[in-house]
Amino acid sequence: MTGLPPGSPMNDSIALTMQHAPAATRRRNLAGEMPGKIVVDGLDFHYGGFHALKGIRLAIPERRVTALIGPSGCGKSTLLRVFNRIYALYPGLKARGRVLLDGEDILSPRYPINRLRSKVGMVFQKPVPFPMSVYENVAYAIRHHEKLPRSRLDERVEQALRQAALWDEVKDKLRHSALGLSGGQQQRLCIARAVALRPDVLLLDEPTSALDPVSTSRIEQLIDELRNQYTIVIVTHNMQQAARVSDYTAFMYLGELVEHGPTSVIFSKPSRRQTEDYITGRFG
Amino acid sequence: MSAASTPSMHMAGGTDRLYARRRITNAVATSFAVATALAGLFFLGWILWTLVSRAVAGLDWQLFTGMTPPPMQEGGLLNAFFGSAVMCALAIAIGTPLGMAAGTWLSEYGHARKAAMVVRFVNDILLSAPSIVLGLFVYSLVVMGSGGRFSALAGAIALAFIVLPVVVRTTDEMLRLVPVQMREAALSLGVPQWKVTVQVLYRSAAGGIVTGILLALARISGETAPLLFTAFGNQYWNANLLEPMASVPVVIYQYAGSPYESWQQLAWAGAFVLTSFVLLCSLAARAIFLRKRISQ
Amino acid sequence: MSIDTARAAHVARGLRDTRNDRLFRRVLAATVVCVLLALSGAVLSMLWGGRDALASQSLDFFLTADWNPVEDRYGALAPIAGTLVTATIAMLLAVPVSFGIAFFLTEVAPRWLRGPFGTAIELLAAIPSIIYGMWGLFVLVPVMTEHVTPWLNDHLGGIPGIGMLFRGPPLGIGLLTAGLVLAVMVVPFISSVMREVFLAVPALLKESAYALGATRWEVVRDVVLPYTRHAVIGGIFLGLGRALGETMAVAFVVGNSVRLTPSLLEPGTTIAALIANDFGEATETYRSALLLLGFVLFVVTFVVLAIARLLLLRLSRREGTA
Repeated sequence: MTGLPPGSPMNDSIALTMQHAPAATRRRNLAGEMPGKIVVDGLDFHYGGFHALKGIRLAIPERRVTALIGPSGCGKSTLLRVFNRIYALYPGLKARGRVLLDGEDILSPRYPINRLRSKVGMVFQKPVPFPMSVYENVAYAIRHHEKLPRSRLDERVEQALRQAALWDEVKDKLRHSALGLSGGQQQRLCIARAVALRPDVLLLDEPTSALDPVSTSRIEQLIDELRNQYTIVIVTHNMQQAARVSDYTAFMYLGELVEHGPTSVIFSKPSRRQTEDYITGRFG
Repeated sequence: MSAASTPSMHMAGGTDRLYARRRITNAVATSFAVATALAGLFFLGWILWTLVSRAVAGLDWQLFTGMTPPPMQEGGLLNAFFGSAVMCALAIAIGTPLGMAAGTWLSEYGHARKAAMVVRFVNDILLSAPSIVLGLFVYSLVVMGSGGRFSALAGAIALAFIVLPVVVRTTDEMLRLVPVQMREAALSLGVPQWKVTVQVLYRSAAGGIVTGILLALARISGETAPLLFTAFGNQYWNANLLEPMASVPVVIYQYAGSPYESWQQLAWAGAFVLTSFVLLCSLAARAIFLRKRISQ
Repeated sequence: MSIDTARAAHVARGLRDTRNDRLFRRVLAATVVCVLLALSGAVLSMLWGGRDALASQSLDFFLTADWNPVEDRYGALAPIAGTLVTATIAMLLAVPVSFGIAFFLTEVAPRWLRGPFGTAIELLAAIPSIIYGMWGLFVLVPVMTEHVTPWLNDHLGGIPGIGMLFRGPPLGIGLLTAGLVLAVMVVPFISSVMREVFLAVPALLKESAYALGATRWEVVRDVVLPYTRHAVIGGIFLGLGRALGETMAVAFVVGNSVRLTPSLLEPGTTIAALIANDFGEATETYRSALLLLGFVLFVVTFVVLAIARLLLLRLSRREGTA
């Protein structure tokens, strides 16, 4: 790590410098000195015989929003799902390499998976509220991880719902079934569920693609409110959303990381031809 | 019709005939379909009417308070109702947990593996196997195994063999319907798989599973053959599971085939009560299932 | 809580969760194994129970019709033949009628009618088979005795060859009546399966055909049936399995006479009816013969059902739901 406080503007220019430094220097610096909550160091991912991620090297800065963009099938969702090892649910999916979270390799079998899951939360494309009340949805995971008295639990639930900008809308409906909420509300409930465990990182997998424009902008607003507390990685196929919402953007194509840097730079002066083509809509 | 030119004029006559032929064929097929539908309704009505009209005379309080009588005497079917209720309840109590466990294994751990395919295949065979064969299974295993003793417990086990595959299949299918994102969402919160299955997935699939249980109940309450060589039958009141026990279908079988009018009357009355129960269960099952579907 | 105790608690909980997960998985798998074991045990013990009869009769069991429990002679050709004959009659009648009803429900009926009518058919399927048997005995048999049997005797009994089938006493019971009751019972079942199968055809395929001007019948004949043919046959086999093993619908009206007769109007028996009627009072050797007979029924229905399932599997594979 550089020793600089996270969020420092110097970190941004270091990232930029890294981007343009000669390859040798880049590789040497990455493992030891790259600042980042999550550091991907040479990740390969296979499912079945298909080589889905090829030698990914990426640093996700802390307390910033990083967007992963690219055409369908480029591997952005696959990469996201490595960050909380949710792929372990399915046989035949293999990850090789190192992914460091706060300096520890989460792909190592020694890293306890439930610890990973309490540090990294995930929100999916399709809002999937559990078939329980709104309160229970949020309290569910807390109950499993911590033994809290009722009053403290109530506080935590309220906190999470406030963070997800849902509290005012549901505070009278806490005991009602979560299935009665609208699509946008359900997705915010899923966000509340994820932040209830106070993770460090939030992974958002196309969180608004199943929602209408009004709900979408509400969620984007929410991401803006959360950015100072959580490290957020968002996968989106909507470039405009990436441009609106993120501080850093990583462009992927066919399983490779093509370019990575501050959003403003990527979208105005991308250094790779492919990036420019994708952003200007020549393919995608 | 086509534009005026000689070949198509020639065709037009032929086309007319073709259209006419096709219309007639369609009319014939459609009339056949309507006729069969009407026939189906006709038989449904005929059977239900027969049931109601013949049972009416026997529907009195004594039906529910009296014991099965000797021939040519008045009585009721209380011990039979009791026996059926006990054995069906026991069969559901045995078959449901086993069925849910097996169904859960198939859905959550078996996936599409070879072993799972074999189990599903065997389950499907069991599902459609003749109930008399299942009764003989339990006879060989339980009755012969305990020295030739007929018992209500054996009867319940035979009925459980019918409940089991229904619950296995329903659980398997209902769990597979739960979207994979729900599993992933729960697991990504750090909750272990067994808790996710029991607390989230079962809740999600609950409506469908209850429907399956109701349908199984409807089916076993009307089954006669498996009870013939397991629970046998009992003229008197019996609440001992290790002794033969009366049941409604077996009593109906015995009485309807007899030459005694009082017995025949009881058989019809019993048949009416039995059919009403079965239809009620089936309708309830559909109601739950449809409501569940709508809420999703 | 300090970081270390929190982390330790975390790790401990993780270990406990993993242990419980393993336990859960093992319990579930054990259940499956136990059920499979119970099933195989049941099949084997049934065969074991029938071994005496098999030993004493060997092939005669299947090939002769000399069924004499008193003298311990068990030639089971009569019930076996009776089972096959009643099932055949039932299928010959039920398949076209079921198809007609399924066609009606999926293409012909106006939309508002499809739900209630479908429910009516499913209710028919739910009625316990003993009710069908009783209806057959008390209602259909008199009709057969007074109207149908004399008509058949008069009009078809005289034809050389197949006339044999229709000559018989005006008793109203017998293989034909049993086949009829069986047909009525099996129709709702087969038509439900066919209807489900027809509904599985993608609407797009049917709509394209309609858009080309096809009539309803043509859509069914040229689009629905080819698409679903394996599953339709599978459904028919399912119905056949049902018809072969049905006890109560048949026991009341088949006549319970263990005699091989060429006439459909004479009393006969089926495997299931024979077992149901005689098992209760049978001696040990007789029971052994009946168990063996039951095993035969099991094997036959197993084969039929296995074929049915394999055929149905082909349709669901195609849809991608298998």
